[in-house]
Amino acid sequence: MTIHNLYIFDRNGSCLYYNEWNRRKQAGISKEELQEFKLMYGMLFSIRSFVSKMSPVDKEGFLSFQTSKYRLHYYETPSGLRFVLNTDLSVSNARDTLQHIYSNLYVEYVVKNPVCVPSHSLDSELFSGRLDAFIRALPYYSPRAA
Amino acid sequence: MGIFSVYVVNKAGGLIYQYDNNVPRTEVEKTFSYPLDLVLKHHDEKVVVSFGQRDGIRVGHAVLSINGVDVVGKNTTDGKDIMEYLKDSSNYPVSIRFGRARLSSNEKLMLASMFHSLFAIGSQLSPEVGSSGIEMLETDVFKLHCFQTLTGIKFIVLADPRQSGIDALLRKIYEIYSDFALKNPFYSLEMPIRCELFDQNLKSSLEIAEKAGNFGAGS
Repeated sequence: MTIHNLYIFDRNGSCLYYNEWNRRKQAGISKEELQEFKLMYGMLFSIRSFVSKMSPVDKEGFLSFQTSKYRLHYYETPSGLRFVLNTDLSVSNARDTLQHIYSNLYVEYVVKNPVCVPSHSLDSELFSGRLDAFIRALPYYSPRAA
Repeated sequence: MGIFSVYVVNKAGGLIYQYDNNVPRTEVEKTFSYPLDLVLKHHDEKVVVSFGQRDGIRVGHAVLSINGVDVVGKNTTDGKDIMEYLKDSSNYPVSIRFGRARLSSNEKLMLASMFHSLFAIGSQLSPEVGSSGIEMLETDVFKLHCFQTLTGIKFIVLADPRQSGIDALLRKIYEIYSDFALKNPFYSLEMPIRCELFDQNLKSSLEIAEKAGNFGAGS
């Protein structure tokens, strides 16, 4: 039970916020995080178009995927903001968590903050502090013993 | 509901087998009088609705048939251009069937290789060491399950989110592949699978899996 990292992307694909909690492997492709953000956004973009073509009915809506080691949870707001949370496999649904981060943290501390420029990387200490506290208080957050 | 379709992708990302088992169809047939109150446009060699959602006809739906005559690409099977035909007021009233465009075999090839690369990126972006690629992808309406063998063949099953027992099914398909494609002396590796026995056995195991895993408590 653990949380690895969280990405927040805006509608244009720039990464507004990134933080990691229990992450073992660092970006394998390049030391620069920027490369990883681009790859992550690119993958989500392709998955979205893949899902909308693959879907047997008109509705679509990508929720999550899992590999043998981690599960990626995805939440997109109507305004195009994308929240991506990587957890381990024991977390089966993180939709409520992501929705909470959006409506009770992002909206409260970023949107309602007059000095935060929208679509600009978030450097609000208040937001990152609250977010960190929220993530650490989650039932499935537990820093690995080892 | 149940299992929608099966894809087999070779290690280079090429689609070597595809089977649509039980794909739900949303089709609407309606009679229109002149002028047509929908805006149609050409998109990807098809005629699709671009504006004017009504009565279950949605933006993105393609024209499937006109007056009962099927549509292939931009023309009907009897050779009329759809756009021209619908512009002519003497052809009205006309009955048009709309629905979600079926995937063409080209699109299926493209989607298969797209998944092949998503699979690789999924393991590259892992926050943990030694991760595999995407094993299960969940959306509101379907779940995609993928099983990659040691030799790099990927078996992909699209199923209803409530369908259970897909992991066992994937392994069963692998078994069928080994027995009826690989052991077939006329089958060449990495090439499209055209083996009758493979087809038959796949179909019957899909049926069994659909009945057995009927909407249990999730897979």
